[in-house]
Amino acid sequence: MASANTSTTAEHLMWKGGIQPMKVGYGKLMMWFFLLSDTFTFSALLISYGLVRFSFPTFEGLRHNFEFSNAWWPIPERVFEAVPFLHGVQAPLVFVGIMTFILIMSSVTMVLAVEAGHRRDKADVEKYMLWTILGGFAFLGSQAWEWGHFIHGTEHGLTLANGTKIFGANLAQNEYGPAAFADFFFFITGFHGTHVLSGVVLNVLVFYNAANGVYEKRGHYEMVEKVGLYWHFVDLVWVFVFTFFYLV
Amino acid sequence: MAQHTEHHGEKLPAQTKEIWKTFWILLGITALEFVIAFVVDPDHYKWTKIGLFIILTIVKAYYIVGIFMHLKHEVKSLIWSVVLPCIFVVWLIVALIVEGGYIGFERFLK
Repeated sequence: MASANTSTTAEHLMWKGGIQPMKVGYGKLMMWFFLLSDTFTFSALLISYGLVRFSFPTFEGLRHNFEFSNAWWPIPERVFEAVPFLHGVQAPLVFVGIMTFILIMSSVTMVLAVEAGHRRDKADVEKYMLWTILGGFAFLGSQAWEWGHFIHGTEHGLTLANGTKIFGANLAQNEYGPAAFADFFFFITGFHGTHVLSGVVLNVLVFYNAANGVYEKRGHYEMVEKVGLYWHFVDLVWVFVFTFFYLV
Repeated sequence: MAQHTEHHGEKLPAQTKEIWKTFWILLGITALEFVIAFVVDPDHYKWTKIGLFIILTIVKAYYIVGIFMHLKHEVKSLIWSVVLPCIFVVWLIVALIVEGGYIGFERFLK
């Protein structure tokens, strides 16, 4: 029913051939397929984590007797239990919880910006894009702190069998468990953080264009939707990283 | 999707009810995950916990992709073009997790 489509579809959503496959604009469809390919990349990373984790022994004793050792995989909630400004306080997963909240919140402001774009409300788009950008920076700052703490480690560190002590983590060894644990931490959260960073850059560009009336002149705010898809995807990935790296 | 309303210079009312509803659902599920993480005994119910976490994660993913990314309201062919290829991910999970168990058996238990 291509003819029916042409009469009702807006001009800017039409492909060059005059029809509109899957009833979305070209850019939006390609964004979906890009995100699908990115899904495979992140899945591959998280599943490799699963493979390596399953190939290492787990701690055999009861949970409250758990000790860190290079011989078995650490329990994540015992690794990530520090919160800024609360030195020495054990608060497992609280800080990641805050980071999760920040990202969900910025996803909400993004979808509010998309909704404002549908109404072609320039002021609202600007307002919600700014909130989204702020959320992005807040998340990146939290992640920088988390990395800093993970790299510097705890005060007591880990004593190896030969008596040497190691503190914190690098790619070769860490005080929490097998080397692969820290490697996956750096790679998976780092790759996700890179996505957040590029998402913030895209959000800034969209805010700049919206504020300068580019989309107003263009007659539609589809760009906000496309970048919005990317931003929600970053949130989606974090939901999975949160579960499989921090909770399980 | 009331997308192409003509611009008359006056503000249209915002349609944000579904967005905030989704926000509360996502927040509630995350809070529930925290409750499970601290309340359920990890020594006896380890796999129950992991199973619950995975189910809740998939529910969260459904709301983010369906409502926030608007996939729920797209045409069927687009929905399936995005969802069906994820079968490969399921295959990879099963294949590599099983493989990881065997690698561990060879390295540490044999």
